[in-house]
Amino acid sequence: MLLIQCPYCGVEAEETEFAPGGEAHILRPGPDCTDAEWSAYLFERKNPRAVHHERWRHAFGCGKWFHMARHTHTLEVFGVYRADEAEPPQEIRDRIDARAAL
Amino acid sequence: MTRLLSGGALIDRKTKLSFTFDGKEYRGVKGDTLASALLANGVRLVNRSYKYHRPRGVVTSGPEEPNALVNLGKGDRHEPNIRMTQIELFDGLEATSQNRFPTLKADVGVMNAAASKLYPAGFYYKTFIHPRPAWKHLFEPVIRRIAGLGRAPTEADPDTYEHQYAFCDVLVAGGGPAGLLAARRAGEAGERVMLVEQTERLGGRLLVDDDAEIDGRLAREWIDEQVAALEAMENVTVRLRTCASAAFDHGYTLLYERRADHKAPTGPRHRLWRVRAGRIVGATGMIERPIPFDGNDYPGVMLASAVRDYVRLYGVAPGARTVVYTTNDDGYRTALALHAAECEVAAILDSRPDPAGMLVERAREAGLRILPATGIGTVKGGLDGVRSIRTVRLDGTGETRFIESIDCDCVAMAGGWSPVVHLYSHSGGKVRWDADAAMYRPDPDHPPRNGTGEAYTIMIGGASGALTLADVLASAAGEGAAPSVHAASEHPAAPVWFTPSEGKAAYGGKHFLDYQNDVTVADIRLAAREGFESVEHAKRYTTLGMATDQGKLSNINGHAILAEALGKAMADVGTTTFRPPYTPISMGSIAGQEKGLLFKPVRQTALHDWHAAHGAEFEPVGDWRRPYRYQQGTEKRGASITREIGRVRKAVGLLDASTLGKITVKGPDAGAFLDRMYTNMMSTLKPGRCRYGLMCNDNGFLMDDGVVVRLDADTFLCHTTSGGSDRVHAWFEEWLQTEWFDLKVHTANVTEQWGQIAVAGPKARALIEALDGDVDVSAGALPFMGWTEGTLAGCPVRIFRISFSGELSFEIATPTGYALSLWEALMAAGADMGVGPYGTEALHVLRAEKGFIVIGDETDGTVTPHDVGLSWAVSKKKDDFIGKRAMMRSDLTRKGRKQLVGLLTDDPDYVLPDGAHALSADGRRAIGHVTSTYYSPTLKRSIAMALIEDGASKMGETLTVGIDRKTTVRARIASPVFYDKEGARQNV
Repeated sequence: MLLIQCPYCGVEAEETEFAPGGEAHILRPGPDCTDAEWSAYLFERKNPRAVHHERWRHAFGCGKWFHMARHTHTLEVFGVYRADEAEPPQEIRDRIDARAAL
Repeated sequence: MTRLLSGGALIDRKTKLSFTFDGKEYRGVKGDTLASALLANGVRLVNRSYKYHRPRGVVTSGPEEPNALVNLGKGDRHEPNIRMTQIELFDGLEATSQNRFPTLKADVGVMNAAASKLYPAGFYYKTFIHPRPAWKHLFEPVIRRIAGLGRAPTEADPDTYEHQYAFCDVLVAGGGPAGLLAARRAGEAGERVMLVEQTERLGGRLLVDDDAEIDGRLAREWIDEQVAALEAMENVTVRLRTCASAAFDHGYTLLYERRADHKAPTGPRHRLWRVRAGRIVGATGMIERPIPFDGNDYPGVMLASAVRDYVRLYGVAPGARTVVYTTNDDGYRTALALHAAECEVAAILDSRPDPAGMLVERAREAGLRILPATGIGTVKGGLDGVRSIRTVRLDGTGETRFIESIDCDCVAMAGGWSPVVHLYSHSGGKVRWDADAAMYRPDPDHPPRNGTGEAYTIMIGGASGALTLADVLASAAGEGAAPSVHAASEHPAAPVWFTPSEGKAAYGGKHFLDYQNDVTVADIRLAAREGFESVEHAKRYTTLGMATDQGKLSNINGHAILAEALGKAMADVGTTTFRPPYTPISMGSIAGQEKGLLFKPVRQTALHDWHAAHGAEFEPVGDWRRPYRYQQGTEKRGASITREIGRVRKAVGLLDASTLGKITVKGPDAGAFLDRMYTNMMSTLKPGRCRYGLMCNDNGFLMDDGVVVRLDADTFLCHTTSGGSDRVHAWFEEWLQTEWFDLKVHTANVTEQWGQIAVAGPKARALIEALDGDVDVSAGALPFMGWTEGTLAGCPVRIFRISFSGELSFEIATPTGYALSLWEALMAAGADMGVGPYGTEALHVLRAEKGFIVIGDETDGTVTPHDVGLSWAVSKKKDDFIGKRAMMRSDLTRKGRKQLVGLLTDDPDYVLPDGAHALSADGRRAIGHVTSTYYSPTLKRSIAMALIEDGASKMGETLTVGIDRKTTVRARIASPVFYDKEGARQNV
């Protein structure tokens, strides 16, 4: 069971206090998009065996959505960041790069 | 009796205990396990094997026991499949054997063994295939009765169980010498330490092999010193009878504590500890391996370490004349322990050609007969167990040659040691085959890692592969100096994975690997021949390691046999996954306190007690309990519902609508936000007005509906379905926080802040006007789909003129604390008008008469607003809303989609079954299904709603509905609005 820290309220708690929300940074296309674009938005997910940027919600805490960079196999957490950030902050990317370089 | 005259470090001979096994009374002493007490009474046959029903006895002295499983207790405290070797004896214990009929000694299942050539690996897969129905009705019931373990209890468990949480810097699993030293060092360094030990005492194998000296002290003195030091430290907690069962991600560890179990008269029986440890130190020791030879399963064939345990810890002689078959020096300790206890050692068979070393020398000096390069080819035995063995020459060629027969009644197998790496492996650590030591060791290069990528589990002592006491303590000492050890040095082992009976092969014999699932060497070889070459496939094909002992004794030997059969190296064959829990844990401990009323909290409205006092029969709606109907006297359900419907249609009824979800949406962008959330336009709604709204997901499918109220320019109140309030509120927040965080909007789920009462029926207005208040509910002042606020019967209220029954209807919301007083005022004021409550079933019939949909009845997650005739509620003017793009997909616009219609059966008294399928003209295909179906007392006939392919264009047609294999019913397609099609009744 993961230990997760909420970037808003600062609480570090068990995974069961949070709810997962799938892959992060998926752009929702407008109603003029093609069927293929819409289908990709609805159904296509990366599901990597690697670092995964994903959405979580502090469901049984402050209720806020946030982003987390987590390796899906080693379960290492490289950091959490705000839900309104369109990409992971540099410091988290540095941490991921440093691990990959090992 | 085979209790020795002296010895037995753990027993108190003066305290006698009586117990029964299979109804017969026996005596044991304090400190015994059920296994040691039965052995002391000369009882060796304790079970029948799973498949062949062969006689079986105790093999081990610990948690790895595969054979000696019993039913413990009776009645509501009956518990099956408990390992005798772990049952601490207490006075009055009652146990019965398993898997035998009618008795252990005369078990009819034994004919399976006579026919064992007919039952090779995969037998069930290959045989019981045809005819298909026979599996369910004939084969499976019979096989289940013959095979299997204990019977599941049939009564509710009267004991209590609990979950506990704990945090520590270091969790030390295992209280042997390594665990004691590691815990002490960590404690002295100031860390918060939890030391857990699955048995009821600390010391581990040092209690048995107590001739070693540590730091110049005798082993026992050293243990006492460590225990005293640990007890003196406040930052160290020691918990006995507590097994580290499982390790999960990020250091989350489960401990299973047998707290009461005949020890404590009150309090929870078992505890499941959920521990977050900074580090885990696995000092879980080793398990000895058996040796596969013909007949290695007769009662009396035991692990050498277990034989030594029974002699030295319990003062019990497992046999009068023992043969030790060893692959290493440690086996000699057992021979020496037997000799010291004046039990006869018939011979020591050593797989090695030239046994030497200090322990071997001691055995020679004691005059014991040592047979180098010799193994056991066959054990001869019967129901009473081992009678003799046939020794064979091991010359390294894989072929064996008979030497002699030796009479004996006990065989001690010393097949080498396997580190208990489970905790390491559970949480992602890798194990590595060490060919020299013939064991899987934890691989320090691939440890379990926590959330920050740091290794947090180390294995020490035997669990790390340390075989001698000096190595064990050195591995536990950490940075500090290791204690000095004076103990016998040992020479390398020569593992024997398999001893043929005679010659090269195993023809005719039974060389058991997995005792509990009756898997033999021949089975694994068959699996390899038939192409099950992956260790995971071979496991599943043969069931090796799949019993309740999870292959603790059998897996390594089985994998070695597979490697040999495939001509591969052990490391290339690999090992199967170690899965938690380490040993079975009670179901009660998993449930903890979360049962009965605590299983899931129930939500109750402010009016719940009133309902209960007035005959309400409740039904679950989401987490709520709502009155289904109110029973008067002894009337039947149908009578209550008919009465309640008539009241609403003819007079006035009250419905507790408090469970409806209520979400406040506030802010300058609230209108714009709701335009995106609902399919309709909400921003154009005027303050003072209400609008029925639909919500879809981005697949274009309906997910919720309800009335949206504009409270003021910046504030909306969104009603949701009773079950949907939390989901819809979370849905709003998800979009606001993750997609449209530029919108200035706040939401609040105020469902429980408001009680809500629907007042419905022709006399609804008269009833409200009969109450004191300052609200004008006249048709002119409060038109349909309007709302107002004020005071009614002393309660602050909002009154929404909305209708789910088709009647003149007002929903009155008041703060929850006022709800009961308002309800009672309405009941009192309406006494002369025939007022009364109505339940959810009446509500459903009333709305079905009007053709109103219910989310979850008419919708199932694949239904669009267009499908249910609600196209009018889907805006064409908005740039975007959730579901807009999806509704343009070809599948959602194609012909042939199912559409909502009404169904009127030819026989007006026949009510269609819910979910019944409508059939195509040729009767071969389902073209839709019934979504709601009732008898309408208003219309005096049955009515149903259904989703039918192209239903909207089939009005007036008659179709066939399949009821069962033989029966069909004819029904006419009609409008789903059965009553008051013009809506005149609600508009007065």
